[in-house]
Amino acid sequence: MKLRAIDRKILRDIVHLRGQVLAVAAVVLCGIATFVTMWTAHRSLKLSQDAYYRSHRFPDVFASARRAPDSLARKLAAIEGVAAVRTRIVVDVTLDVPRLDEPATGRLVSIPEHRVPMLNDLFLRQGRWIDPMRPDEVIASESFATANSLRPGDSVAGVVNGRWRRLEIVGIAISPEFVYEIRSVDIFPDNRRFGVLWIGHEALSNAYDMEDAFNDVAIALAPGGSEREVIARIDDILAPWGSTGAYGRDEQIAHRFLSDEIAQSRVSGTIMPAIFLGVAAFLVHMVLTRLVQTQRDQIAVLKAFGYSSLDVAIHYLKLAAVVITIGTILGIGLGIRLAQGLGRLYAEFYHLPSLEFDVDARTLLLAFAISALAASLGALSAVRGALKLPPAEAMRPEAPPIFHPGVLERVGLMKRMPPSGRIIARNLARRRMKAFLSISGVAMAVAILVVGRFMFDAVSLMMQRQFSEIQREDVTVSFHEPKAHATRHDLEHLPGVFGVETFRAVPVRLVNEHRSKRAAIFGIDGGGSLRRLIDREGREISVPAEGLAMNATLAEVLGVGAGDSLRVEVLEGRRRVETVEVTRLVDELIGSSVYMDAEALARLTGEGRTISGAYLSVDPGSLPALNEQLKRTPAVAGVALRETVIESFEKTIAQSMTITTTMLIIFASVIAIGVVYNGARIALSERGRELASLRVLGFTRGEVSAMLLGEQALLTVLAIPFGAVIGYGLCALIANVMTSELYRIPLVVSSRTWAFAVLVIAAASVGSALLVHRRIRTLDLVEVLKTRE
Amino acid sequence: MPSQRNAVFRARGIRKVYQMGEVQVEALRSIDLDLYEGELVVLLGASGSGKSTLLNILGGLDVPTAGEVVYRNHDLTVDDDRALTAYRREHVGFVFQFYNLIPSLTALENVALVTEIADAPMPPEDALALVGLSERLSHFPAQLSGGEQQRVAIARAVAKRPEVLLCDEPTGALDYQTGKMVLEVIEHVNRSLGTTTAVITHNAAIAAMADRVVHMRSGEITHIDENATKVSPSELSW
Ligand SMILES: Nc1ncnc2c1ncn2[C@@H]1O[C@H](COP(=O)(O)OP(=O)(O)OP(=O)(O)O)[C@@H](O)[C@H]1O
Ligand SMILES: [Mg+2]
Repeated sequence: MKLRAIDRKILRDIVHLRGQVLAVAAVVLCGIATFVTMWTAHRSLKLSQDAYYRSHRFPDVFASARRAPDSLARKLAAIEGVAAVRTRIVVDVTLDVPRLDEPATGRLVSIPEHRVPMLNDLFLRQGRWIDPMRPDEVIASESFATANSLRPGDSVAGVVNGRWRRLEIVGIAISPEFVYEIRSVDIFPDNRRFGVLWIGHEALSNAYDMEDAFNDVAIALAPGGSEREVIARIDDILAPWGSTGAYGRDEQIAHRFLSDEIAQSRVSGTIMPAIFLGVAAFLVHMVLTRLVQTQRDQIAVLKAFGYSSLDVAIHYLKLAAVVITIGTILGIGLGIRLAQGLGRLYAEFYHLPSLEFDVDARTLLLAFAISALAASLGALSAVRGALKLPPAEAMRPEAPPIFHPGVLERVGLMKRMPPSGRIIARNLARRRMKAFLSISGVAMAVAILVVGRFMFDAVSLMMQRQFSEIQREDVTVSFHEPKAHATRHDLEHLPGVFGVETFRAVPVRLVNEHRSKRAAIFGIDGGGSLRRLIDREGREISVPAEGLAMNATLAEVLGVGAGDSLRVEVLEGRRRVETVEVTRLVDELIGSSVYMDAEALARLTGEGRTISGAYLSVDPGSLPALNEQLKRTPAVAGVALRETVIESFEKTIAQSMTITTTMLIIFASVIAIGVVYNGARIALSERGRELASLRVLGFTRGEVSAMLLGEQALLTVLAIPFGAVIGYGLCALIANVMTSELYRIPLVVSSRTWAFAVLVIAAASVGSALLVHRRIRTLDLVEVLKTRE
Repeated sequence: MPSQRNAVFRARGIRKVYQMGEVQVEALRSIDLDLYEGELVVLLGASGSGKSTLLNILGGLDVPTAGEVVYRNHDLTVDDDRALTAYRREHVGFVFQFYNLIPSLTALENVALVTEIADAPMPPEDALALVGLSERLSHFPAQLSGGEQQRVAIARAVAKRPEVLLCDEPTGALDYQTGKMVLEVIEHVNRSLGTTTAVITHNAAIAAMADRVVHMRSGEITHIDENATKVSPSELSW
């Protein structure tokens, strides 16, 4: 097929403008790549989750009790809307793991000795099922085994019902209920010190005197079964047996984390590309506006010979379309590659059995539609100029612009400036709109850079808040069962311990009208220094003598504020139900804690003072001895060391975040460079003629360069504060939409981030300036003046 | 006699006012003019006398502030942009003082640009042969001399076989020899294709090649001369 002459012009124009075309295409590429990556990863993760849940029968409702007779299983199965029931025994024990100094916590979960299909089925990755004849065989969870380099054939020691036992690992497995393995007191997973071990049902029930009984149940709903009603019925049945209340998937911690992650990939996969493509639209606008202006006479000729305004508009739109299409196709390609990588990473992080990688044709179509929209937004306003241009008008060169004496003249500033300064000042003052657009472009680049690094800042603040202001203990010890308050003295005599603050954790259901939430109330002593409460301004506040000090995020979920009251249903012991006032709001970024004065909590439960554990400050030199001792203390269910918690956080969450954030930063830099380079090139082509005339009049290359680059530099400097404001606004938006019940993203931008943004912009400006300067050096005076513009 | 021939254009009482801020510029005051089939008319006048403005109005590039312009029973003054575009596309060929070729297209492509949207064009190669440029088909404008560029512009204007050819100072930027060559091409097209042709010039010597010479001053036609005998451009000298 032979290309029409007018279309050939498009191709030649593209070759001529290749630098700018490349910049625009690169920005589109980044935007589309982010979009396709996030959406495809989102979809793949969602499909993988669904597939996993289906194949391994993830339940819908969960409950635990202290000790419920097996006969209840049939009652539970008879509830209307229940499809399947799996009762089991779950206990946490202290483990001694090879090559690990501290004691670890093992969650022993009972499984049938003979493998049968069941709810929360296991996916055996390595090894085999347990042997019914050997009660010490266990299957270890993959994350725990990997973190501790354990393989089938290895063994760990555990304090099972007060007695040390060797547990032989015969298999490594994963299960949908543990895609995210976290100990209840922790805020993020620590796979070295907490892990699931599946053990034969008989072996476990024998060890804990739980013959013909269970303490944990998983339930699958029949199609159409009502979760609400089933939960209510289960609570009726299990309440006498020490149930802490049944709950649905929305409160199952692993499910929550995975689902939140999936939901967030959708959100960031929408916001970031929106910003990128906004910038792309802006660049298309700049390039096309400029093109239409330089091609005034060509547009006039086309119109004079009978091309309609529409033909001309379509001509320029096609040019934009070609550029955008190149960026989109490459962006889709890159996006799919990145999505594969990201999907694999997620699959690994969440221990999914397989990644259902699927590229949705609708996502790709949407990518095209979005970039087409961006192109049209950018192009239409530029091309409108071409539409309106009357042909006779366009034929003569653009009338020399009208200069008026401006503010600068009036205050007498102009007289003191050198001629080049005057030219810069007048140009900016006259073309205010254009200057504003250039400034906006660079400002967007600054904003994107700030947004790109913002997540790093937010997470480091979260870490800092959590581990140097709120959690100041070196070691947290928790017990299997509440202990007498006097146990405190035993803790004080442990090696190296010089500070002990006890706590009591009581499972409750908090109810405000129709809203309710399961939580734990932490009873702590006033005046402690190891666990502090922080208000919104980061100031330390004391535990109120009466009432609850509640995390602000949780208070929002429940729809209460300071001074309001809510119903507290204690889920253990005497199971009292009381109305309690929310006295204060605390501002913790991670988790959703509720605190109360330990005395007040004791009055609430009506059980006198007991403790669930303690925060310790420890002399670092004595840690090995302390660890050794704690390992051998059967009452201790878990030990968390602050250092190791921080370390494990950085390994897990920070790592998965680094990848997306790095991607954003790279893309943001590409965009920043694209915008700045484009601005400089456009300035050069607009002013080439004027600069050549100045050269002819005897100005040196240096002076001429200084004039053009000085203008660019001034625009860039003006753009930085503007961009900082936009960037901060975008960070606020992101912090807002990314905040979940599990954590709140704080709005902080570090000085390192500001410096980073400014440095990248400065580098992009200097690079562009060098390119432009080279062109000025080789500016062919005759050539420039000969062409009519 | 011209008066017995069919008028292609009938312009009556044309006035054109440009608004420049608070100042009004009256580019044309009151123009009455007929152009006849197949004739070659030269418009003469000082700079700023309104020649280009008049030609642009005849060519449908611009509309008068007042008055009436009829092209063969077709009133151009009531036309909207769409109708004027169609009029230009079907009937008019333009040649501009600064050639106005598309720099990114070759000579052949510049001509094709117009033939591709015309009803019954000649092949672009033939149009370029007509102006003696068969050897320069794939040259870009920057690779052509001024005279060659102007001849490409003429080829572009005539390739669609327009009924009127409007030339605004076609020799303005050319030297004596080249200018004469361009005029020969215009005359050749006028004679061989019977295209009604209007040529603007500052150069009174060129007037001798015309059927009629329209003299303008300050937005008005002062008088119209009819040449009893036309002189071939090759015999002109200035
Ligand atoms: N777009 C415009 N806005 C304002 N005034 C205009 C415009 N176009 C033309 N004029 C004015 O109209 C008058 C006639 O202009 P026109 O271009 O027709 O003159 P001309 O006879 O072609 O001159 P030249 O021989 O220099 O080309 C001039 O005074 C000119 O300044
Ligand atoms: Mg003129």
